[in-house]
Amino acid sequence: MSERNNDINIDFKHHHAAHCENGVTSNLLKNHNINLSEAMVFGIGSGIFFSYMPFIKLNGLPVISFRPYPGMIFNRVCRRLGIMIQRYKFPKDPDKAMDTLDATIAQGIPCGCLVGVFHLTYFPDPYRFHFNAHNIIVYGRQGDEYLISDPIIESPVRLTYKDLKRVRYAKGTFPPKGRMYYMADIPENYDLQKAIVSGIKKTSREMLTIPIPLFGVKGIRYLARRMKKWPQRLGDRKASHYLGQVVRMLEEIGTGGAGFRFMYAAFLQEAAKELKQDWLNDCSRQMTEAGDRWREFAIIAGRIFKGRNDKDESYLAAAEILLDIAEREEKIYRQLKKIKQS
Amino acid sequence: MKKKEVPQDDEGLQEGKLRDLCYAVDEDGNYVTVLSTGWAPKNAAMHQAWEEIHEKVEVTRQKVLVGELSMLAYFMEKNIMDLKLLAQYTGIPKRKLKKHMNPRKFQALDREILEKYAEAFTITIEELIDITRLEKAK
Repeated sequence: MSERNNDINIDFKHHHAAHCENGVTSNLLKNHNINLSEAMVFGIGSGIFFSYMPFIKLNGLPVISFRPYPGMIFNRVCRRLGIMIQRYKFPKDPDKAMDTLDATIAQGIPCGCLVGVFHLTYFPDPYRFHFNAHNIIVYGRQGDEYLISDPIIESPVRLTYKDLKRVRYAKGTFPPKGRMYYMADIPENYDLQKAIVSGIKKTSREMLTIPIPLFGVKGIRYLARRMKKWPQRLGDRKASHYLGQVVRMLEEIGTGGAGFRFMYAAFLQEAAKELKQDWLNDCSRQMTEAGDRWREFAIIAGRIFKGRNDKDESYLAAAEILLDIAEREEKIYRQLKKIKQS
Repeated sequence: MKKKEVPQDDEGLQEGKLRDLCYAVDEDGNYVTVLSTGWAPKNAAMHQAWEEIHEKVEVTRQKVLVGELSMLAYFMEKNIMDLKLLAQYTGIPKRKLKKHMNPRKFQALDREILEKYAEAFTITIEELIDITRLEKAK
């Protein structure tokens, strides 16, 4: 406990991001003088994805995701840039988890922490669900309060010792168990071009060739086919909640709009410049169009929640848009698959 | 999405505490980031999720007021928990939690157990057992 007597304030610059994991990765990198944007980090980490798993339910609703499993983006970025990560978890020892955090920031190392959202005191109430894969950076302490950089909040925030401990030990699905991590060894040279190419290749592979039809472009088509039958199979109320789940995943949790599609388009633009390959700009434009179609889908869905449309027809229309999106995205990934380092 | 089309449909859901960072293209076709206070379809989806929760809380509140369930049931719903999650937060087995949903059993609980519940809901013991609050509060 002795380490908690002195205040600590690491010189750390907070940057606002759309999504927590990209944001934490980008912010930690910038702190180590590797200046990569959120979009760049997202692309290198192959962050764009799609999965629809109707057999797995969360609060009675099917799991739909526009991104890979939590932690994957951070891991892939570090691997592709050759950065060593130091990781800890303390399944049964919250005091030790806090002591280790104190000792780490005392050495001047900003530290990523996995936390649950429900008890985050600085979060707006309507956003406080039991969601446990949120990432924040702890970069100092003043008295009883920790200095926190939460990438999805515009400015730095604070949490008391007790509140930080609580969110690090949130319970439920995917409990954080006091997990924390930091970048331990930063290489002097890294090959950004190679990292970009690996990131894009992995993305196109995952979106096109996973042999289970729940993932990637096939997953979008699968969702479209099921969606057409939702009103008959589930009844109006449940069908509308399923659709609500899709829209929340698409827009709610810091996707930067349209389920990360716009963020990926931004990445492709940066990649075009970095690799000096102009055709990637064209892919970016196509991805923007696909994103716009996702937004059209959300608008139709929004009308269904409010009961303003003829229901059955709207579900068909929404599903048709998804099929069109699958078509468009497949075309993009087929082009991206051929990427080579110039 | 064009920069000038980034929606600003503020319905108070973000309580002025956060704005979403959105990616959009400017007049020259370059990507920029723009802050958004909300978007109607997304707000509608959020409202839908909360309506479902509020309904459950209200049904439970009525049951507590007529003496069918204990205050524990009300706070569990209010904190969007189920038996499994509450058991994880308190360390009290589900079998016992179910018993404590009974108002008479709940009244007989000692402070030590009440403390665990209050801690899980981040309230005081007084708030946890004060049923008069339920008559007003929604």
